[in-house]
Amino acid sequence: MSERDVMAYDVAIVGAGPAGLACALRMKQQNADLNVCVLEKASAVGAHALAGAVIETEALTELVPNWRDNPPPICVPVEKDEILWMTEKGATKLPMTPPQMNNHGNFIVSLGAMTAWLGDIAEEAGVEIFPGFAAAEALVEDGKVIGIRTGDMGVGKDGGERDGYALGIDIHADLTVFAEGCRGSVSKQLIKQFELDKDASPQTYGIGIKELWQLAPGKGSTGLVQHTVGWPLKSETYGGSFIYHLEGDKVAMGFVVGLDYKDTYLKPFDLWQELKAHPKLADMFEGAELLNYGARAIVEGGWQSMPKLEVPGAMLIGDGGGMLNVPKIKGIHIALRSGILAAEHYHEKKTSEGWDGVLRSSVIAKELKKVRNIRPGFKWGLYGGFVNAGWETVTMGLSPWTLANHADHSSLRKVSEGKDQPTPPVDTGIKPKDRLSAVYYASTEHDEEQPVHLHVADTNICVTQCAEEYDNPCTRFCPANVYEMVEEPAGKRLQINAANCVHCKTCDIKDPYQIINWVTPEGGSGPNYSNM
Amino acid sequence: MKVLVAIKRVVDYNVRVQVKPDGSGVAIDGVKMSVNPFCEIAVEEAMRLKEAGKATEVVVVTIGVEKAQDQLRSALAMGADRAIHVTTDAQMQPLGVARVLQKLVDEEQPGLVLMGKQAIDDDCSQTGQMLAAILGWPQATFAGKLEIDGDKATVAREVDAGLETLNVDLPAVVTTDLRLNEPRYIKIPDIMKAKKKPLDKRPLDELGVDLGPQLTTTKVAPPAQRQPGKKVADVAELVSELKERGLV
Repeated sequence: MSERDVMAYDVAIVGAGPAGLACALRMKQQNADLNVCVLEKASAVGAHALAGAVIETEALTELVPNWRDNPPPICVPVEKDEILWMTEKGATKLPMTPPQMNNHGNFIVSLGAMTAWLGDIAEEAGVEIFPGFAAAEALVEDGKVIGIRTGDMGVGKDGGERDGYALGIDIHADLTVFAEGCRGSVSKQLIKQFELDKDASPQTYGIGIKELWQLAPGKGSTGLVQHTVGWPLKSETYGGSFIYHLEGDKVAMGFVVGLDYKDTYLKPFDLWQELKAHPKLADMFEGAELLNYGARAIVEGGWQSMPKLEVPGAMLIGDGGGMLNVPKIKGIHIALRSGILAAEHYHEKKTSEGWDGVLRSSVIAKELKKVRNIRPGFKWGLYGGFVNAGWETVTMGLSPWTLANHADHSSLRKVSEGKDQPTPPVDTGIKPKDRLSAVYYASTEHDEEQPVHLHVADTNICVTQCAEEYDNPCTRFCPANVYEMVEEPAGKRLQINAANCVHCKTCDIKDPYQIINWVTPEGGSGPNYSNM
Repeated sequence: MKVLVAIKRVVDYNVRVQVKPDGSGVAIDGVKMSVNPFCEIAVEEAMRLKEAGKATEVVVVTIGVEKAQDQLRSALAMGADRAIHVTTDAQMQPLGVARVLQKLVDEEQPGLVLMGKQAIDDDCSQTGQMLAAILGWPQATFAGKLEIDGDKATVAREVDAGLETLNVDLPAVVTTDLRLNEPRYIKIPDIMKAKKKPLDKRPLDELGVDLGPQLTTTKVAPPAQRQPGKKVADVAELVSELKERGLV
């Protein structure tokens, strides 16, 4: 067996998203001699990045002061905000936009294009970015994180070595920063091992599906930001859609469903396709072409669900640390800000110690605390949620209480309650026809010779308990059709089409028995998003 | 023996290619770019020749935009010794590329030129053949197996009927096919080493090569959409369907 390579850096960052890249760049801006590397599991920076996305630019300006002279490739000033309240046949434009959703002065960007752009800036500043290398585990010694280990390449299905097998390497660092995004797989291990969430409310999530469309000439409305609430979601389910008009009749759009949904038969993908066929929206798709499809879980727990953000030798930042402003539907400005603050903390103190306190007394904390009760209020349904949101907005979050969150995997009703019914497949005639054809637009790729990266601890539960209690919700919530129950003469069997996976992490979150563990596949695997 | 490997930057093979709405070409903004897979096989083969003691130096070359440097760095990380980047923003065509490579061959005097049998973007499969012709060198295309013995090479070519074995005198141009080898995984320490390897930038217009465009692209269009099929219940329905469409 070959020897494992070891490399040493001052700072190792896991994840080349907005948080990780901002942190890396700020580190180099403060001290050009610092050795900083960033690992990214996608084959290229930005290829796994997926967001709406409308951004606030204050943190970006602080990081890249002249960004307006050389803006990210897709960057459209918001011209107009609209919120549509949908019913099955109609849509009513809300007369006013809630203050959190007023996007005056904000920009529509593609997070994928923006991170690739930011990656180039960071590389110019001397940051070493390694796309195509997944962090498989944290290296912990005597209660301290001393770096990370990258995944092996060329492992066979049976766990043996294939041709060209390459052992992962160890990267030792004085500081390791986890910027893995929502439900990061190594962050998850770390949170468990160090009990970082023991004083926090359970983390909650949403699943976001996104599509990029090229509309027929003249059908777009550059700078228009539209959101919908209501149909086809029932009042008990939190969620809605976004439709952001870019330049050249391109439109970024998608659908978010809170993963605390209760109906085990709910199908996020089908609901989104149904919404697209709504009489008020369907016209948009005439002569239009689907360019890209993807999905990603979103962290929604907010202030009360943030884990402790430090362990000896390591910090958590960005969505991986639970930082997203749900009422604003924005996390990128916070991710950037948390990266900047983390770098500044390390520059000053040369340690991760104290980072949690710094973040909790920062502007990020102020922003998240103020809106902490809005998202959990939607447990009272859409109307109750809006009333509560109104109260929280008027009182600016000064309510003396903090509403608790509940783990998403525990929210499903059992089939035996008789409240929920299976629904037939939806075919609206608008692309993509189904999840399998959708995955084709995600350009996802996993070498099929590698081991399955979705570890199901006990597949017997799937065919017995889960089939009976919940009728296998994994076959419905997965936006990439990874999970299938196959009927065979010997009985039902779970089939995992791991090659379809778009790395959204929904299964890891929503599986009611918490037996699905999402681990990083071979580096470079997964979707190859363009401008998502 | 020095080996010159020519590589091309192309849209990654996993990416769903999209034609620009105005039909002027394929959209590449924000799209992942990679080394053409056949070219990657050529680099791998060169490395194997070097590791077997048959090659002494591997020089990798590309022609293209500033960012094509990323592809040269990938080849250097695979083990190539140095790189030449002929910089240009112009759309290159096979004959122009062959002429530029001819110029570099004159300068570098390699004993073997390896390149992919075709690029996955335009699928021309012309450059290697043209280069051999203008150099007056032997060519062995679509190599599925390559053996070097002194100043001769034995190449098993992948042809429609199976494998065709050629013996060619060196120097020669060999273009590589899919089954020649499986390129290695790049390791992080090799990427670090690659950053320090020499990369020589040569502006295209300073090479004095006549590129005179041979071809004009009039329009790029995606293939026509296939009509969805129809399932028939039995032979009788099939026959009546076929008759209805005037096919039988």
